[in-house]
Amino acid sequence: MNSLYYQKRLSRNIGDKFFTSLSLICALIAILPLIFLVTYILIKGGSQITPELFTLEPNPPGDDLDAGGINPALIGTLIITSIASIIAIPVGVGGGIYLAEYSKGGAFSRFIRFGVNVLAGVPSIIAGVFIYALIVSTKILFGSMYSGLAGGMALSILMLPTVIKTTDEGLKLVPNELRYASLGVGASMYTTILKVTLPSAFRSIATGVVLSIARAAGETAPLIFTALFSYYYITGFGDLFYEMGSLAVLIYNFALEPYDAQNKLAWAASFILVLSILSVNIFSRILAAFTEKTKRV
Amino acid sequence: MEEKLTLFKNRKRFGVEKNIDIIFKNTALVFSSFVSIILLGIILVVFFQSFESFSRYGLKFLVTSEWNPVKDEYGAFTAIYGTLVTSFLSLLITIPLGVGTAIFITEDFVPKVFREIIGSFVELLAAIPSVVLGLWAIFVMEPFFRAFFVFLHNFFGWIPLFSTEPTGRNSLLAILILVVMLLPIVTSIARDSLNQVPKKLRNAAYGIGASRWKTIFSVILPAALSGIMAGVLLALGRAMGETMAVTMIIGNSNAFSWSLLSPGYTISSMLANQFGEADGSQVSSLFYAAFVLMILSLVVNIFAQLLVRKFSLKY
Repeated sequence: MNSLYYQKRLSRNIGDKFFTSLSLICALIAILPLIFLVTYILIKGGSQITPELFTLEPNPPGDDLDAGGINPALIGTLIITSIASIIAIPVGVGGGIYLAEYSKGGAFSRFIRFGVNVLAGVPSIIAGVFIYALIVSTKILFGSMYSGLAGGMALSILMLPTVIKTTDEGLKLVPNELRYASLGVGASMYTTILKVTLPSAFRSIATGVVLSIARAAGETAPLIFTALFSYYYITGFGDLFYEMGSLAVLIYNFALEPYDAQNKLAWAASFILVLSILSVNIFSRILAAFTEKTKRV
Repeated sequence: MEEKLTLFKNRKRFGVEKNIDIIFKNTALVFSSFVSIILLGIILVVFFQSFESFSRYGLKFLVTSEWNPVKDEYGAFTAIYGTLVTSFLSLLITIPLGVGTAIFITEDFVPKVFREIIGSFVELLAAIPSVVLGLWAIFVMEPFFRAFFVFLHNFFGWIPLFSTEPTGRNSLLAILILVVMLLPIVTSIARDSLNQVPKKLRNAAYGIGASRWKTIFSVILPAALSGIMAGVLLALGRAMGETMAVTMIIGNSNAFSWSLLSPGYTISSMLANQFGEADGSQVSSLFYAAFVLMILSLVVNIFAQLLVRKFSLKY
C-alpha cells in the first residue's frame, strides 16, 4: 500500500538518512584538525610565554637548560614582512588598477589575469629558489649573500598575485556611475582613480591586502635559503644585508632539534604566530560581515 | 550674464596634468606587466641554472634514484615519485571529505549559524602556517598515529604499501598532514560551486519526486562538477608544491621504497633540505628538480584555469 505519509523504512529514506549522517561526519572530521591544533598550540605555547621571551636572543641548540627568547626572530618577521609589503603593495595595487580601470578586457589583460593566477599557483619554495639564483648566489646586493632583504623579495613574489587580484576585484565592484560622474565634471583619469574609485573600494582592498600580509608572515619555504636564520639581535639598518631570523624559520629549525628547550621555544613562537594570524583573519571576517550587513540596509 | 557663461566654458587641462595622467597610466601598465616578467623570469632562471645538470643527465635524471654528491651521481626519481604519490593519495582522501563537508554546509540540515561556523572553521584552517602544521605533526600527530601504523603493518604488511616497519616519520604522515592543508581549498571551492547551482534545478528534481540525496547525486553534483574539478586541480597543484609541513614529517630519505610507512622524499622537501648547503653540480641538479616541480605545478594550474574559464559561464 502506498501512503502519502513519510515512511521511515522506505529504502530511499534510509539511504537519505545514511548520506546525511555521512556528510555530518565529514563536516565534523573537517573541523577537528583546527580545534585540536588551536587548543594544543594555546596550551602548549601559551604556557611558554614569559616577558624574557620577547627580549632575549635564542641560545644555540645544545644548551639544553635555557633556550632564551625569540626577540630577533620576532623583529625579523616584522622587518621581512614589511619589506615584502613595501614591494608588493604598490606594484600589486598599481597592476590591479591597470587591469580594472584601463584595460578594456583585451588580450593583454586576459593574459595578465591568467599570469596572476598561474603565479599564485607557483610553489612557494620555487620563489625562494628564484631569489636564491637571482640575488643570493650572485651577491648582487652589495656583496651580501643571505639577507633579510632577499627574504623580503622572495615573500613579495608570493604576495603580489593576491594583492593584484583583490585590487582588481575590489575595483570591479565600484559602480561605473561613480566613474562617469567624476569624468563628467572634468576630472582626469588619475584623479578619478585616486580620489573616487580607490577610496570607495578601499575597505575590500585593505582587507585582502592585510590577509595577504598575514599569510606572508607565516611563510617559511621562501625564507630558508634567502634570509636564512640568525641568533643575534637586529641592531641597525645594516643588518638588512645579513642573515635574518624569522618566527617561521625559527619554528622549522627548532622543531627539528632534539633538545626539549628548543622545541618549547618553537611552540612559543607558533603561539605568537598563530594567534596574530588568526586574529587578523577573524577580525577581517567580522569586518566583512559587518559591511555586508550595512550594504543590504 | 557674461560672467555666468564663463563658468560653463570648456575647462582646458594643463600640460602638467596631462603628463601626470599619462605617467600614471603607464606606471600601472608597467606594474601589471611585472607579473608576467616575474613568471617568465622564474621559468628562465630555473631552466638556465639547471642546464648543466640537464645536459649531463638528460631525462635519465627523472628515472634514477641515485643521489650522491660525492660520486656526482644525481637522479630524482624517489623525490618525483614521492611528490606524485603524496599529492595524489592525499587528494584521494580529501575529495570525499571536502565535498561531503561542502554538501553539509550548503544543504539545510542544521541552522545557518552552525553551517557558517563550520564553514569559517574550515577556512581558518587555511590560515594556519604550514610550518606550524609541521610542528604539530611531529609532536602530536606522529605519536597519536604510531599505534595505528603498527597495526597497519601487522595486518596489511603483505601489501607493498605497508611493507616496512613504521619507525617515526614517514610518507603516510605527510599524506595525512597534506589532507589537513588541502581540505580548506577543496571544501571552499566545492561550496562555492554548489552554491552557484540555480535553485530551480533543485526544485525541479524535488517536484518530480526525487529524494534529497537523489537530487544531490543526480542533479546538484553533476551541475557543480566542473567547479569542483577545478578546485581539486588547484589543490593538486598546492599539494605538489607544499614544502614545510611535508619536509618536517616525511623523514627525508632518498632510499626508494614502495612502502608508505617508510621515510620518503618529495621534490620540495629535497629543495628545502639540501639547497642551503649544496655546492657544485648538486646545485644544478637541485635546480633541475625545481624545474621539474615547477613544470608539474604549472601544467596542473594552467589546466585548472582553462577548466574554470571553460565552464564558469554555464549557468
